[in-house]
Amino acid sequence: MSNYILICIIICYLVMLFLIAFWAEKNATSKWVNNPVVYTLSLGVFCSAWTYYGSIGVAADEGASFLSTYLGPVIAAPLWIVVLRKIMRISKHQKISSIADFMALRYGNNRFIGALVTITCLIAIVPYISLQLKAVSETFEILSLGAVPQKTSFQWITFYVAVLLAIFAAFFGTQTTDTTDKHIGIVATVAFESILKLVFFLVVGVYVTYFLFDGTSDIYNQFSKVGNIEKLSTFPDIYGGFNWFYMIVISFVAVFLLPRQFQMMVVENDRERYLKYAIWMFPLYLLLFNIFVIFIAWGGNLSFEDFVNPEYYTLLLPIKNGNKVLSLLVFLGGFSAVISMVVVATLALATMLSNNIIIPYGYLDYFRERGTEKNNKLIKNIRRFSIFMLIMGAYVFYINFSRELSLFSIGYISFVLIAQLAPSFFIGLYWNRGAARGAIAGIIVGVFITCYSLVLPFTLEAILHNSNFTDFGPFGIKLLKPHELFGLDFLNPISHAFFWSMFFNLITYLSMSLIGKGNYRERNYAEMFVRSQNYGHLQEGAYVWRGVAYISDIKKILERFLGNRKTEEVLDSFFVKYNIPKDAVMADAKLINFSERLLTGSLGSASAKILISSVVKEEPVSLPEVLQILEESKETISRNKFLREKSDQLTKLTAELKSANEELIFQDKQKDEFLDTVAHELKTPITAIKASAEIVLDDEEMPDAIRAQFLNNIVEDSERLSRLIHNILDIEKLASGREKVEKADTDIAHVIDEAVHLVMGEVLLKKITINNRVDSQVISVDEDRIVQVFTNLLSNAIKFVEESTGKIDIFSEHTSEHLIICVIDNGKGIPDEDFNYIFDKFYQSKHQNTKKPQGSGFGLAICKHIVESHGGTIKAIKPIEKGAKFVVKLPK
Amino acid sequence: MKKILIVDDEPNIVMSLEYTLKKNKFEVYIARDGGEALELLKTKTPDLVLLDIMMPQVDGYETLKRIRLEEKLNNTKVVFLSAKNKASDIEKGLALGAAKYITKPFSIKKIVSDINELLD
Repeated sequence: MSNYILICIIICYLVMLFLIAFWAEKNATSKWVNNPVVYTLSLGVFCSAWTYYGSIGVAADEGASFLSTYLGPVIAAPLWIVVLRKIMRISKHQKISSIADFMALRYGNNRFIGALVTITCLIAIVPYISLQLKAVSETFEILSLGAVPQKTSFQWITFYVAVLLAIFAAFFGTQTTDTTDKHIGIVATVAFESILKLVFFLVVGVYVTYFLFDGTSDIYNQFSKVGNIEKLSTFPDIYGGFNWFYMIVISFVAVFLLPRQFQMMVVENDRERYLKYAIWMFPLYLLLFNIFVIFIAWGGNLSFEDFVNPEYYTLLLPIKNGNKVLSLLVFLGGFSAVISMVVVATLALATMLSNNIIIPYGYLDYFRERGTEKNNKLIKNIRRFSIFMLIMGAYVFYINFSRELSLFSIGYISFVLIAQLAPSFFIGLYWNRGAARGAIAGIIVGVFITCYSLVLPFTLEAILHNSNFTDFGPFGIKLLKPHELFGLDFLNPISHAFFWSMFFNLITYLSMSLIGKGNYRERNYAEMFVRSQNYGHLQEGAYVWRGVAYISDIKKILERFLGNRKTEEVLDSFFVKYNIPKDAVMADAKLINFSERLLTGSLGSASAKILISSVVKEEPVSLPEVLQILEESKETISRNKFLREKSDQLTKLTAELKSANEELIFQDKQKDEFLDTVAHELKTPITAIKASAEIVLDDEEMPDAIRAQFLNNIVEDSERLSRLIHNILDIEKLASGREKVEKADTDIAHVIDEAVHLVMGEVLLKKITINNRVDSQVISVDEDRIVQVFTNLLSNAIKFVEESTGKIDIFSEHTSEHLIICVIDNGKGIPDEDFNYIFDKFYQSKHQNTKKPQGSGFGLAICKHIVESHGGTIKAIKPIEKGAKFVVKLPK
Repeated sequence: MKKILIVDDEPNIVMSLEYTLKKNKFEVYIARDGGEALELLKTKTPDLVLLDIMMPQVDGYETLKRIRLEEKLNNTKVVFLSAKNKASDIEKGLALGAAKYITKPFSIKKIVSDINELLD
């Protein structure tokens, strides 16, 4: 195929991507670009040229082990719901825009950790990008020459492609200064390319399997005759098993930590709920990608000689069979994989490079003196410069080194390097003791071991073209052989490097973290990250800070980066949210934290911290204080809830107290009234006695009959007086429980007869009817007391019925356990308002209006005491007809 | 001859008062409670009423209020005779227009002298 046609096609393709990106930016809120499918497809950036070309190479040489790279992410996916969601929430909340920022902030906004993570990522990813460029240039050559070139002659095309990619990334990646803003154009193109590369790969897979061969079993049968089918189709032995295990762990870790994955999964994520779809769609995507790998590999092995690079079977097979269109499609699919990877990885790295190295270490003082416009322009330019630097760096690396290396090996080296971030990243998420010094030391040790055992041997072999260093170790020391450190000789170089680097990294991280305690700032952030679910809703409140800062100073800093208007806006809404007066002068911890987060989006957390702390006078806070304040803010929520509950309880209690108090007042009043009544009742006979005695004493000529009458009155009133006193004492005895009932078997009929007999005088006097129908029944009672009860009830009834027409019924009923005696009259009945009180001591109905001695407020109270001390009950019931009904229930 | 109405529901007290007042040359009417007294006052115009307070049906206070509504009873003096001896009760009685408030138990001689004093 002619170079020029190919170049035209490439240019057309790139123009199309630009258009898609433009369209997406214009329709940023459209459903077409904001949905879980686009999100999942954008995660497909994981499948770079390594997947597209490299896995076939591995499958052809080593069989099924290519799968381990994809098993890791598949295993990781279900965990996203837990781990990734936590990372997302923290990142959204803290305005984190890269993995370097994330780790810097976790370890107390540590500028050095940000830089260290960035450098590690650079070492890991730049060669990886260069490999993508290599893939472009090699596939271009294959397509234009129709065969694998012996010597590269098309570097210029790679250069131009690299420049175009840099322009694309710079243009769509730096639309805004705030790096946490979404790059919708880039997400849309990556999603689009994920579809293209998958479809083209499947097409070539079907082509090879079903057109060039006769289905999967045909390939297998043919291959089993010639190829080393044993090695390529069976799973490995125990040592190979270790290799598999470590390879899976490496890719498991990488899918979280690769800067381009972090960029797509966390920074570009729009809605947390998309995760629910991604956890099954992404593994499905990887599965589809791998269906035909092994068959293409075997098909290629059957079709080509050994010296042909198996990584390009997908291109070579169609070419060999004269299908140029298909080979072009495959090329475009691979090109898509390259573009996505390069653009996203460069964007992520450029953000890290500018926010974690260039700005915090070089430009901060410069920013402090300049205005918004210039600052924003400079920040964007630094980022654009970083993007170009990275891509050109990758190009230079490609020219000088990577032409010798396979896609697969460099891919894994980059994975192992990235994995060095894993201990401090993952453990730091869940362990609040994880300290900055541990993270720094761990990463450095890990990267060093990886470089020694992996990067160095490859580089030396590439430069010196011999493997002396690898085969004999430095200075011939066997224990230091880079691929067999300390005699560990059964792992492949990748697993081996991963094992030792992780081993020392982890030990260093843990021990250094345990040795000392970090400063308060570090502990503060550790606490916020580890217990993000507790502090998420506290927002600014979870940040501990003490010192002196003027709002006007902070405002000035913010204005430099956000502009006057936006600064006003955000501060206004902040003041409103926390109810801070507009004329406040001093800033509090919340505002400090809020301002830092505002700047973090543009400058990265480390720079933001440095800028803000340049205008505040911070005082150290001791560790116990930090923990205490954190505890307090965490407890505020639960305490508020607790207080609300308590307050509810108190309200209830107050209501209860109020009603109890009313009850007491009522009782007190009743007692007063009772005492009045008692006094009145006592005074009445005394008055009569006194008057009569006075008359008898003074009037000597009084006729004897009259004198006798007066003397009789004196006796009568004295008796009344003593009866009254007896009643008062009686109720007191009963109420205090000093009086014991003396039970004996008694016929209830006899008791009632006795009571009726006692009131017969009054009955006859009032000319009323009394109807006694109580059956004979022996029960155990105190006869005198029960007689007293019924005498009382009968007297009451007599008192309230009309003369002549009055009628009283008294009768008994039986249940298995109780004897029930009812006293019913046709008097005026009990008023509703008195119903609850008639059995209370001291209570005397207002409507009673009578002053008989029995009506002094004791009668029913005495009755109740007596019945209850027999284990029975007494109740007043409103009968259907007028009158009153008393029901006495006594146990048999 | 001055006329006196005794209103009380205690027969023994009424008896003592009736005997003593008659002996002191008063004409005496008797009512057992407020209602009876008001009924009686429709036809009689006593010079003085001895009025108990705690009585069934219509009590002493109520009775006095109604007496004050009758124009022909304007010159009738009312003396409360009660066992209620709290200051508030006494004040209430005097405020309603009673000429005197005598607490029980009383001295019968003192009552006679008080009545004479009031009616002179």
